[in-house]
Amino acid sequence: MSNFEIVTREDFSDVTYLLEVHHPLMAKAAKPGQFVIVMLNEQGERIPLTIADFDQKKGTITLVIQAVGKTTKQMQQECQVGTSLYGMVGPMGVPSPISHAKKVLCVGGGLGVAPIFPQARGFKEAGAYVIGVLGFRTKGLVFWEEKFRACCDELILCTNDGSAGLKGMITDGIKLAMAGHPDLEEVVAIGPPVMMKACAEATRAAKIKTMVSVNPIMVDGTGMCGGCRVKVGDEVKFACVDGPDFDGHLVDFDDLMLRLQRYTKDEKAAHERWSESCRMTRQVGASALDALARGSAPQSELLELPDPIEGVKGG
Amino acid sequence: MAKKKTIRTIPQERTPMREQDPLVRAKNFEEVACGYSLEDALRESERCLMCPDEPCISGCPVGINIPGFIQKIGEKNFRGAYDILTDTNLLPSICGRVCPQENQCEGVCTVGESLEAVAIGRMERFVGDTAIKEGWINIPYIEPNRFRVGIVGSGPAGMACAADMAKAGCDVTVYEAFHQPGGVLRYGIPDFRLPNAVIDAEINNLKQFGVKFECNTLVGRLFTIEQMIEEMGFHAVFVGVGAGYPTMLNIPGDSLNGVLSANELLTRCNLMRARDFPNFDTPLPIGKRVAVVGAGNTAMDAMRVSIRLGAEKVYCIYRRSRTEAPARMEEVHHAEQEGVEFHWLTNPVAVLDDGKGSVRGMRCVRMELGEPDDSGRRRPVAVAGSEFDFETDLIVYAIGTNANPIMGQTSQLKLNKWGYIGADDNLATSVAGVFAGGDIVTGAATVIEAMGAGRKAARSMKAYLGIRDSALPYVSADGTGTLFGIDTRERNFARVRAA
Ligand SMILES: Cc1cc2nc3c(=O)[nH]c(=O)nc-3n(C[C@H](O)[C@H](O)[C@H](O)COP(=O)(O)OP(=O)(O)OC[C@H]3O[C@@H](n4cnc5c(N)ncnc54)[C@H](O)[C@@H]3O)c2cc1C
Ligand SMILES: Cc1cc2nc3c(=O)[nH]c(=O)nc-3n(C[C@H](O)[C@H](O)[C@H](O)COP(=O)(O)OP(=O)(O)OC[C@H]3O[C@@H](n4cnc5c(N)ncnc54)[C@H](O)[C@@H]3O)c2cc1C
Ligand code: SF4
Ligand code: SF4
Ligand code: FES
Repeated sequence: MSNFEIVTREDFSDVTYLLEVHHPLMAKAAKPGQFVIVMLNEQGERIPLTIADFDQKKGTITLVIQAVGKTTKQMQQECQVGTSLYGMVGPMGVPSPISHAKKVLCVGGGLGVAPIFPQARGFKEAGAYVIGVLGFRTKGLVFWEEKFRACCDELILCTNDGSAGLKGMITDGIKLAMAGHPDLEEVVAIGPPVMMKACAEATRAAKIKTMVSVNPIMVDGTGMCGGCRVKVGDEVKFACVDGPDFDGHLVDFDDLMLRLQRYTKDEKAAHERWSESCRMTRQVGASALDALARGSAPQSELLELPDPIEGVKGG
Repeated sequence: MAKKKTIRTIPQERTPMREQDPLVRAKNFEEVACGYSLEDALRESERCLMCPDEPCISGCPVGINIPGFIQKIGEKNFRGAYDILTDTNLLPSICGRVCPQENQCEGVCTVGESLEAVAIGRMERFVGDTAIKEGWINIPYIEPNRFRVGIVGSGPAGMACAADMAKAGCDVTVYEAFHQPGGVLRYGIPDFRLPNAVIDAEINNLKQFGVKFECNTLVGRLFTIEQMIEEMGFHAVFVGVGAGYPTMLNIPGDSLNGVLSANELLTRCNLMRARDFPNFDTPLPIGKRVAVVGAGNTAMDAMRVSIRLGAEKVYCIYRRSRTEAPARMEEVHHAEQEGVEFHWLTNPVAVLDDGKGSVRGMRCVRMELGEPDDSGRRRPVAVAGSEFDFETDLIVYAIGTNANPIMGQTSQLKLNKWGYIGADDNLATSVAGVFAGGDIVTGAATVIEAMGAGRKAARSMKAYLGIRDSALPYVSADGTGTLFGIDTRERNFARVRAA
């Protein structure tokens, strides 16, 4: 059952990595804007990740992940080529409506860069003039520039420190594009909620249709728990089955950001506990190996790791 | 001949079932009700009068031969009792535990007119549990046919349909979106009411019939119902995806942190094992003072889970009175024993904010019962000026669910005006070869009703495929012998409904 094999792994930086997972049926079904829910192991959390690319010929789907907390960091450590995920279900969500707009701005910031790709490509294939705006913190984090160049008619790269492309925030890139193209018909933005909010504000006055892809906390992804609810205009929507794409001018981003912090305390605790146990494993592993080399370690010491919590107290 | 039993000669008191002490169990997730011992079951079986008109059978949604199986218990023929039960009910261990018996079989039991009704559910559970312990399973002679049947959703409706179609000789695959099968039995009903081992045992039985389970499969999105029939080689499909889509109250403060649906709380706790956090990664909101809105089974489960997670106070907020509470009587009783504070005739009007985006309290209004409404229950009306606030840090909504939209979004299936899948009396949908049943057709109901729907759909499916119902003896054309199961000789695979 749990046979979701990882066939490619690529590291874009020390926080961003790509996994290509074997799932021929999903590669056939996936459409831009959809996501999967992944479980690393049986004890794992269900985490939603956007389908950043899909290849019907190879029968794979691609995920680009930013290591931000316990699960994504553990995946960064454990997901190597040849290993498998315990669970992966999808494609979930309503596919992004690729409209007939003639000129489109596709904006991706940080972890939104990868998920905007299938949409940019989708619009290109639908015959639109596509302008890409990608925002990164610094040059070292830039990835997929070539991939975007191949499907965008224009590409504006921004970094906060100016080490690559335009120096500034992603909204500066958007303003630049808007100034150069008064005939923009649609903007699609994916990234952290603050960025999507800024983006929606940037286009509100000009009344340019702006679609965003919201990323609330999810559990099942099938419309059963309501954990992913977001306020869109006067309505409450479940992002996993009614979205995740909504009209950016209607989404209540402040509400979204507040709700994302629901489990911050637990997440931090889990992360600290986990990274502590990693550190202990490494330490014990190393010293035990040393001891082994000196021929002095009884075998049982190698197998027993100290309880990480105890370890903290003692040391 | 033994003397005929009368209401005077039978044991007057219903045999009690041993339970964990409320104070102990409120701190663990072990099963609350410990089940009957052999002696308990024998004693209780004596209480059945074997009424010739068998009113209890008509009270059971699947029509179990209740006096029949009770008689076998009396004869200490437990295997015989199991055989009678499984003639109609695939999941006796589960239904014995979770059926709202007081509204079903036990509600119409003759003994119940003057004494406490015969404990049919408890005896049913006893027989089911004995079967699990002994490893009994009734695998009929299965004559394989060429039909492939796809089942969407692994709740009780899907499980029942899968079992019947497998017994009829079809090649059956069950698709489930979650990583584990069982539906609400797994993610909703907590372990202290229905242990996972019981669900596992029933699912293993299905596997022994040859049913295949494919988890992590979101039908509609990974492939559609239409693709199952047109491309994937399924001759018929059953849709039992349950209801889901929890209702929110739509009052101010609904989206504050600390307000969640019972489904979310229960899924995190039961399926994702968040109660073992951080051994399992999924976090769970822990409240000191938890207010649960609603008084159905889901609400009771949410309250009792909250108590076990360490809440100091758990309130039940319900706008009608105790008589109207839809939960099983036993669950309300258990919740009371475990310390839930019930606030009947109380309706929430707003969730109060702590200024930092989290819940601080709730504003409610008192209600009184007015004229009966469409459901025949007296309609609660607000008492003017009776608003009051109280302190709470976690609010759980258990006020019902709507139809899950995925099937409607992804298939041609006609929906009714509430968004549930439309099906005729035979549970056939608007798409030929596709049948549907359970909560996604009726709205939230009960386990046994969902199971009954799965079996009914299986009968229609067999008719549609031209498989004779294995329950009907079939006399072959040349008049020799009787054949059970499919009509292989005639090959009358005629479609009953035109495509
Ligand atoms: C539809 C959707 C698509 C997404 N696509 C991607 C993607 O392509 N690449 C990517 O790197 N990330 C994506 N995310 C976010 C990703 O799911 C979270 O980063 C991940 O769940 C964090 O888990 P963690 O245990 O590593 O971190 P945690 O320690 O759990 O949390 C770290 C931070 O992430 C936030 N977070 C926690 N759980 C979730 C969650 N279930 N959903 C969203 N945010 C959460 C928390 O508020 C916290 O700020 C997506 C989220 C959604 C809803
Ligand atoms: C907390 C709670 C307590 C309850 N307590 C009781 C009780 O004590 N007694 C009682 O009789 N009834 C009880 N009920 C009601 C009872 O559980 C339901 O009526 C019954 O489970 C419905 O069965 P079903 O097969 O229709 O659907 P479900 O049990 O809901 O199963 C549907 C399954 O389909 C899966 N699914 C959904 N969409 C898809 C898809 N697109 N592709 C693949 N799979 C999909 C779901 O993940 C789920 O596993 C309770 C319900 C809840 C929520
Ligand atoms: S299945 Fe439920 S209603 Fe039927 S006899 Fe058993 S307990 Fe009663
Ligand atoms: S109605 Fe009650 S007493 Fe009569 S046969 Fe049924 S269970 Fe026995
Ligand atoms: S994630 Fe549960 S309803 Fe959307």
